[in-house]
Amino acid sequence: MIRNEVLQSIVPVIKDELVICNIGSPSQELFQLDDQPSTFYMLGTMGLSSSIGLGLALAQPQKVIAIDGDGSVLTNLGTLPTIANNVTDNFILVIIDNGSYGSTGDQPTYAGMKTSLTAVAKACGCENVVECRAEETADELKKALAANQMTVIVCKCESGNVKVPVISMNPIVIRERFMAEVANRNA
Amino acid sequence: MANSISERIVDDMVNAGIDFVTTVPCKQLAGVIDLVEKNKKIYHIPSNKEDEGMGLCAGAYMGGKKPCIIMQNTALGVTVNTLAALIQYYQIPLPMLISYRGEVGEPVACQVEMALHTKPILQQMNIPTFHFHKKDDVEELSDILAYTQMCKKPTAILTDAAFWRVS
Ligand SMILES: [Mg+2]
Repeated sequence: MIRNEVLQSIVPVIKDELVICNIGSPSQELFQLDDQPSTFYMLGTMGLSSSIGLGLALAQPQKVIAIDGDGSVLTNLGTLPTIANNVTDNFILVIIDNGSYGSTGDQPTYAGMKTSLTAVAKACGCENVVECRAEETADELKKALAANQMTVIVCKCESGNVKVPVISMNPIVIRERFMAEVANRNA
Repeated sequence: MANSISERIVDDMVNAGIDFVTTVPCKQLAGVIDLVEKNKKIYHIPSNKEDEGMGLCAGAYMGGKKPCIIMQNTALGVTVNTLAALIQYYQIPLPMLISYRGEVGEPVACQVEMALHTKPILQQMNIPTFHFHKKDDVEELSDILAYTQMCKKPTAILTDAAFWRVS
């Protein structure tokens, strides 16, 4: 399974949750698969999906799923200690680990070589870290949602992209639509 | 460690509704950071790097909080992209309380190098910038915090060594 198939498999699980989606291909693919006002699409700033997601989860009680990538986590590795030390049980981080920088042409990442992001997350102090095969991601996500525990899921999948257009939605529209959804759910 | 200026700053932040603060340590701002940590009305989350901190602030803002970042001016060098492509692009109000290292009174020569770039970077990015040099400059903080929310922009409050000098 490649990222697009993983996203397809988790759409039914995440469609009613607040989602922060990583820059580039992940956002473009999810936007095309199932655009929801409860999804915040990142148009820039590689690496910050997990940080935005954690900030949102700490700020309000609804569950938050941050969809991230191996390359993005590597570029903001400092996020993992921050997550580990600011536990909020409404936060789930899903790292779609295809061992490559997908959006830029599938150049290999160190996560596809010697570096295990699962081991890194554990070493940083994250308590519930699950590594799974791509096919198991939806089930692991369901389990994490039911467990009401902050969880990091590292989904090991294959490298590869599908052709999707860039997101043309205005960033302020994305944010305001998302914030209205967040406010609505907390009303 | 905390002096009356630090207390004044944190009081003004709380009165402006600031309730989520991320910090990267700095000697000049140590008193403020200490009070932020102790204040029950503020969620204090230290970050490992300032762009990470801005991500946390963006998320907190979308969750209904009023965030603020406390950092050194040296960090402007690592946050230009995040300021442009996240904070400005999505119009997120973010006051940046900045220790302006490298001005007159600075003991560390290397700090001068980034001090020289600080205002040009902020100006190039069209970031409203306020320089606290004298004690009384703090009087403007409340209005700056309100202004930041009004215009939904990042704003920079540069606090230099003279401002922090114990008189
Ligand atoms: Mg990848």
